[in-house]
Amino acid sequence: MMATKTKETKVAPLTVGSTAAMPTAESGEAKGVVYETKDLNLWYGEHHALKHIHLTIYENKVTAIIGPSGCGKSTYIKTLNRMVELVPNVRIAGHLAYRGRNIFDPSYPVEQLRTQIGMVFQKPNPFPKSIYDNIAYGPRIHGIRNKKVLDEIVEKSLRGAALWDEVKDRLRDHAYGLSGGQQQRLCIARCLAIEPDVILMDEPTSALDPISTLKIEELIQELKKQYSIIIVTHNMQQAARISDKTAFFLNGEVIEYAETSKLFSNPADQRTEDYITGRFG
Amino acid sequence: MDKLLVSKRMKGRLVQNAILQAIFFFATVLGLIALMLLLSHVVMQAIGWLDGDFLNNFPSRRPEEAGMKSGLIGSLWLMMIVAPVSFILGVGTAIYLEEYALKNRFTAFIQTNISNLTGVPSIVFGLLGLTIFVRELGLGRSVLAAGLTMSLLVFPVIVVAAQEAIRAVPQQLREASYAMGATKWQTICRVVLPAALPGMLTGAILALSRAVGETAPLVVLGIPTFIAYLPSGVLDTFTVMPLQIYNWTGRPQEEFQHVAAAGIVVLLGFLIMMNSVAVLIRNKFQKRF
Ligand SMILES: Nc1ncnc2c1ncn2[C@@H]1O[C@H](COP(=O)(O)OP(=O)(O)OP(=O)(O)O)[C@@H](O)[C@H]1O
Ligand SMILES: [Mg+2]
Repeated sequence: MMATKTKETKVAPLTVGSTAAMPTAESGEAKGVVYETKDLNLWYGEHHALKHIHLTIYENKVTAIIGPSGCGKSTYIKTLNRMVELVPNVRIAGHLAYRGRNIFDPSYPVEQLRTQIGMVFQKPNPFPKSIYDNIAYGPRIHGIRNKKVLDEIVEKSLRGAALWDEVKDRLRDHAYGLSGGQQQRLCIARCLAIEPDVILMDEPTSALDPISTLKIEELIQELKKQYSIIIVTHNMQQAARISDKTAFFLNGEVIEYAETSKLFSNPADQRTEDYITGRFG
Repeated sequence: MDKLLVSKRMKGRLVQNAILQAIFFFATVLGLIALMLLLSHVVMQAIGWLDGDFLNNFPSRRPEEAGMKSGLIGSLWLMMIVAPVSFILGVGTAIYLEEYALKNRFTAFIQTNISNLTGVPSIVFGLLGLTIFVRELGLGRSVLAAGLTMSLLVFPVIVVAAQEAIRAVPQQLREASYAMGATKWQTICRVVLPAALPGMLTGAILALSRAVGETAPLVVLGIPTFIAYLPSGVLDTFTVMPLQIYNWTGRPQEEFQHVAAAGIVVLLGFLIMMNSVAVLIRNKFQKRF
């Protein structure tokens, strides 16, 4: 059985027929597990974009998702914070639990879920506001008004995103005056400001130059001490450099999921090997 | 390609281009000339009649004493109703259609109707206002009845302008907001509206200037064209600039043609001012993404 979704505000209760057969569903969280994905399917209209995904994502790790264009990487990562439901005519079926809780449960407000899950997009997308107001956006929508508290959050988040020293004297300047790489770190800082548990990154460096890319990669290494990070990347060296676990997607399926070192040095599946050695993709 | 053939045809293409350029230029100049003639004619007629007294006097039977005060103030009263009512209704509708409404046939139906409403002759709105506001609701020939009628008239224009402004806000900004756990309303209020506001204001001011210049619906409502006092509330009767001008042009005395011309100059000045504000807003906030 599948739930039909058209618009975010009209999310129908997602009743998964096979829930009963999955004892882990609501029975509390396994330790160290952030996301539990079981038999997840997703359709854009008639197009079956995610097929029977099984994937467990662990705490304080960097999980990379690789695969050729159109294989469903973005779709999967957008399902983790339910942003994919902004697309009209999306249908989802299957089980997806965040910290032991079914994210499609109608009693679990999507706003609350997203407060736990930060997201960094492919193209830097700061708001047309000042640097300060960009960072303060998240805390403000969650009701923090106190100027001192906001000041502290802004500084802490900018330091966390390794941007503080570059912008501390121009917090009131417009965010569009920053370079592309700085804007992307601003977006990371913006998502740190809501103190998330997980950070989703969809090709965060694909629009950046090599030096900005390096900075963000270093930042990710720093962030994983506190956060669980899931990153989509087209750059296999990047995945090998920064991730602990890697999932290889192909045509909406997970072909292989393993420790990064294992997946890159000794892939179990021929298709994985073909992809990482550049024979297709 | 045959180089010879190309150079043979070259001359014809260049001539064609030159002729068309001349035609387009002529079309532009023709429109400008017509406008200039009209304006200079009116201004010439108004010279000597347009002074401080003209703005300060009530209309009168004697042309030397006639003034525009009641029309000018009346138009301001009208704007005081039309601006908030049409802006709130129009922007509200635009937000609903763009951000909340499901993209289904019903929405498409509403959308088509709103677009069609912009083409409905203003006199039809006058009849509507006469039936509903003047008679059914018993508001009489008042500022309120006229204001509500005019609000209906400009409502579709404001909706369409506001929708365009909302659509111009990049989707990635909404996504950034939703991804941080913002509700729909928070996203609209803190991201979409601030970004769309300049476009909305521009549209609203242009719509408002249309309402100030409209005459036909008010004639249908039976708004008087000659009033020698000011309204003291929204339920009082009143007159507006275009009606006042209409009244003067209908008078037999030659002098009143000059009074009417002075009135037209005032009305045009008023409208040009409003449009300039709209252009200023548009230029100031252009290209922000
Ligand atoms: N909004 C949408 N409507 C319809 N189909 C979509 C939509 N978004 C994605 N798809 C389809 O779903 C499939 C997976 O898309 P997705 O964006 O997840 O791929 P991806 O792996 O992120 O690719 P890329 O590496 O190019 O970003 C593709 O076939 C795509 O055409
Ligand atoms: Mg993608």
